[in-house]
Amino acid sequence: MADGVAVHAPQFDDAEQQRTASNLGIWIFLATEILFFGALFAAYAITRVRFAEAFAAGSRLTNLPLAGVNTAVLLTSSLTMALGVHAARHGARRALIGWLGMTIALGCAFLAIKAVEYRFDYLEHLVPVLDFHYAGPQADQVELFFYLYFFITGVHALHVIIGIGCIATIAVMASRHTFSPAYFTPVDVTGLYWHLVDVIWLFVFPILYLISRS
Amino acid sequence: MDSLPLFPDRASTIAGEIDNLYFAWLALSGVVALAVAVLTVWFAIRYRRGSGAKRTTDDVVKSEKRMRRIEIVWTVVPILLFLAMFGWSAEVYYRSVTVPSDALPIYVVAKQWMWHAEHPAGEREINELHVPADRPVELVMTSQDVIHSLSIPAFRVKQDVLPGRYTTVWFTANRPGEYRLLCTQFCGTSHSHMVGSIVVMEPADFEGWLSAHANVPSMAVRGARRFRQLGCDGCHGAQATVRAPRLEGLFGSSVRLRDGRSVRADERFIRDAVMLPSQDIPAGYEANMPSFRGQIDEAGLLEIIEYLKSLNNAAQEGVP
Amino acid sequence: MNSAVIASHEDYLSSGWSWRSWLTTLDHKRIGILYTIAITLLFGIGGAAAAMIRLDLLTPHSQLVSIETYNKLFTMHGVIMVWFFLIPSIPATLGNFLVPMMVGARDLAFPRLNLASWYLFVAGGLLTIYALLTGGVDTGWTFYAPYSTTFSSSRVFAVASGVFIAGFSSILTGLNFVVTIHEMRAPGMTWFRLPLFIWSMYATSLILVLATPVLAMTLMLMAIERTFGIGVFDPALGGDPLLFQHLFWFYSHPAVYIMIVPAMGVASEIISCFCRKPVFGYRFMAYAILAIAAFGFLVWGHHMFVSGQSAYAGTVFSLLTFLVAVPSAIKVFNWTATLYKGQVSFQAPMLYALGFIGLFTIGGLTGLFLASMGLDIHLHDTYFVVAHFHYIMVGAAVMGFFGGIHFWWPKITGRMYPEGWARFSAILTFVGFNLTFFPQFILGYLGMPRRYPEYPPEFQVWNVLSSAGSSLLVFGYVLPLLYLMWSLRYGERAPANPWNAKGLEWETDSPPPSENFHSTPLVTEEAYAYARAEPPHG
Repeated sequence: MADGVAVHAPQFDDAEQQRTASNLGIWIFLATEILFFGALFAAYAITRVRFAEAFAAGSRLTNLPLAGVNTAVLLTSSLTMALGVHAARHGARRALIGWLGMTIALGCAFLAIKAVEYRFDYLEHLVPVLDFHYAGPQADQVELFFYLYFFITGVHALHVIIGIGCIATIAVMASRHTFSPAYFTPVDVTGLYWHLVDVIWLFVFPILYLISRS
Repeated sequence: MDSLPLFPDRASTIAGEIDNLYFAWLALSGVVALAVAVLTVWFAIRYRRGSGAKRTTDDVVKSEKRMRRIEIVWTVVPILLFLAMFGWSAEVYYRSVTVPSDALPIYVVAKQWMWHAEHPAGEREINELHVPADRPVELVMTSQDVIHSLSIPAFRVKQDVLPGRYTTVWFTANRPGEYRLLCTQFCGTSHSHMVGSIVVMEPADFEGWLSAHANVPSMAVRGARRFRQLGCDGCHGAQATVRAPRLEGLFGSSVRLRDGRSVRADERFIRDAVMLPSQDIPAGYEANMPSFRGQIDEAGLLEIIEYLKSLNNAAQEGVP
Repeated sequence: MNSAVIASHEDYLSSGWSWRSWLTTLDHKRIGILYTIAITLLFGIGGAAAAMIRLDLLTPHSQLVSIETYNKLFTMHGVIMVWFFLIPSIPATLGNFLVPMMVGARDLAFPRLNLASWYLFVAGGLLTIYALLTGGVDTGWTFYAPYSTTFSSSRVFAVASGVFIAGFSSILTGLNFVVTIHEMRAPGMTWFRLPLFIWSMYATSLILVLATPVLAMTLMLMAIERTFGIGVFDPALGGDPLLFQHLFWFYSHPAVYIMIVPAMGVASEIISCFCRKPVFGYRFMAYAILAIAAFGFLVWGHHMFVSGQSAYAGTVFSLLTFLVAVPSAIKVFNWTATLYKGQVSFQAPMLYALGFIGLFTIGGLTGLFLASMGLDIHLHDTYFVVAHFHYIMVGAAVMGFFGGIHFWWPKITGRMYPEGWARFSAILTFVGFNLTFFPQFILGYLGMPRRYPEYPPEFQVWNVLSSAGSSLLVFGYVLPLLYLMWSLRYGERAPANPWNAKGLEWETDSPPPSENFHSTPLVTEEAYAYARAEPPHG
């Protein structure tokens, strides 16, 4: 707030209580998210054990260069997000908006690269249901790999989109002088969510792209 | 028939053991439930509001100690009881899933909504299953479509029947008669019509029943015919020029795979080898077998399996 | 306190009467009431389906409805009762109302999320009802693949989406409760001064938060597989149908604890109040609740003893299942011991709580039969299982729910319900429930499978007895609805603490002011500090 005194919602005693409550809330939500993806990873693991060779073959067809670039992009976006939170903590409003803007840009870049990657997959006839053609053995099982590939990266991309939406909201709030060193919980919470999206990618990337390429 | 039936017929060797477990639990839980009920009612009446029963405790420290002791007792006693019952039931379970080696195999294919059984000797049945008494019988089962479950209450046995893999159930029936065979896994509209009967016959009668149908070729013979029709012998046969594994003595043996694993050549291995041949390649061979998906149904696969089994027997008996 | 005079005109109910004031409310108490209305309607639908089922089963031949309709009826019954009644029942209604009050807070930590969760719940419910009315689903509430993914021609996708959406409502509610209990306790309200109802809500919330996402993802995988014909469950497509079962039960077994643990919390509150004594072994009870929630995550495989999972997996799951039964047993013993040397009185909530103990004991003990692998082979997927889980999820859980509704009705509405009618329906429910479901244990041992609209004639006599019992049960469940409605207008005005009960919620007005307390309460004593010398009647 302009006078630097934190406001808090009526159900809380003070701003500190509100801050710890929001932080605990987002951590619990992150636990939920991990189990959400956990079910997907379990499905992937079980199917992979059964069709190890087909999954290895499928994995070799994924676009490693683009995914590698994307990993770098997403990791960088986590850095800019962390710098944004840092700026918020010190009341640097312009810096905060700048870092949030860069995070959004990097998030969009991630999605754009992902879209290009999907486009290449499509051109190589690797999209199940729509257009899948694979000449080698166990084509059905390779298709199953690509089904999981699209499912997992798709759900992850959805999280990126939601994250970008949240960060944009935060940026608008920041431009309206909502935050102060005493109150920047929404920035903090959104930052944690964004880091989770990043961390999940760090699991998705090796299991889909790297694991069978040695 | 009983007008108020309480227990199903008991027509297999395992049935009595399952019933014993059941009676033990009935007795145990009866005692516990009764104790809880009696204590609740007694306390509720004795300590009802306004009654004159004494409620004060003379020695608070001593009574707290006693409380702690009581809590420990009713934690430890159930644990010990449960462990004992767990051990007993697990023992019964392991015996009920370990198929004796001399069991007579019968093949079952479940499909919406019927039970299709095939005896190695060749006889085929629908929604009916004839088995001999006093001899272990093993049902090797698979499903053509969704998950079913074969339940024979009089034998106290049950096993889900899954598409794409084989499950087995075994029993030794010991009372000739006719019993119900039910599907217990919901499998679609006519799930409740997927019922049949299992006919337990004296061993001699069973032999007679089988020989009355002796004009039907055996499963192995039909399997051999299919083996040729599908062109399997072109690669796996004695005169084949393609390098493919020979199948004599294969069934039940341990197969080394190209990726270094070893697997047992059971029914599921054979099935996967036919339907998904590129999945598990034996060491030293190329992945050049085509898939036969869509060209053979579950009953046909079972005949091929029975044929491969017969190759083993022939090899053991020294018959070419 | 002079503020009480002002506040008595400004309770949370009279702070606004418009639709808008209800549909946009952020007050946890009002949201609790919104939930109560929604789940009551859904309970009516699920109950009507149950009544049709029992009527149809009077005869071995399905004469009332076709077998297709029967399959849709039991699916509708299961889907609605599990996800749209039992899971939200106590947490979303009583929990919403009481969690902030019992810990001494003004509201839940995130009131907007709380309202959003209600809207999600309603959206999921409407979508489900719409799908059920315009074609229905015939997979059973378990949605087993590959029947659900490939073979069923009913509206699987829409119903799965409805459940999926409602799942997020569960997650948000759980999250809200955990944060509130952690962060918003009044001064002096230490962890071991919390009422056991709060402990039960805490454990339930953890399960909601950690198990629901797995169900959501599983249903999504199933629905997508069904839509696009490719996926990880149908063996014809290279999938594994047991994977579906593992993922499904990873959620759905803990879900049973979502239904029963809250009822345990309610029973603890009621029993201690009407014995005028602390709950016997309070800490043990709190630990037992947490143990049940934790172990509950490790026993899902006991639903799969005959599914084709490996015998070794089955053994481990069986052992763990026996262990999870221990804390449940402890709880029953402790409730019984609470009566000892108490000042027991038998108002309607107490009758419901005692009924809860009875039904929970039977349900729990029969669960042990099913945990025994050898015996489960015979009992699996028979009416024995149906009877067992109805004793827990319906008998005990609904007994607890109704007990709680009666106990806190004066607090929620500011009105007393008619005591005579309430006692009568408590007894009627208990008797009717046993008459309905006890025969099903016998049917199960005889081997009658679940989900059979047409059954062999030798099973008829027990089916007729069960259906006859259910006609009593209907009255047991409908009567409270009638007299509670009546009491809203004609009931005696309730004092702040009609039971002379302990707990922060009783220290404020009935109904409470919008901000719950006139000033932040200060807690100076343990939970259930009923003084022995206190006069028995308040």
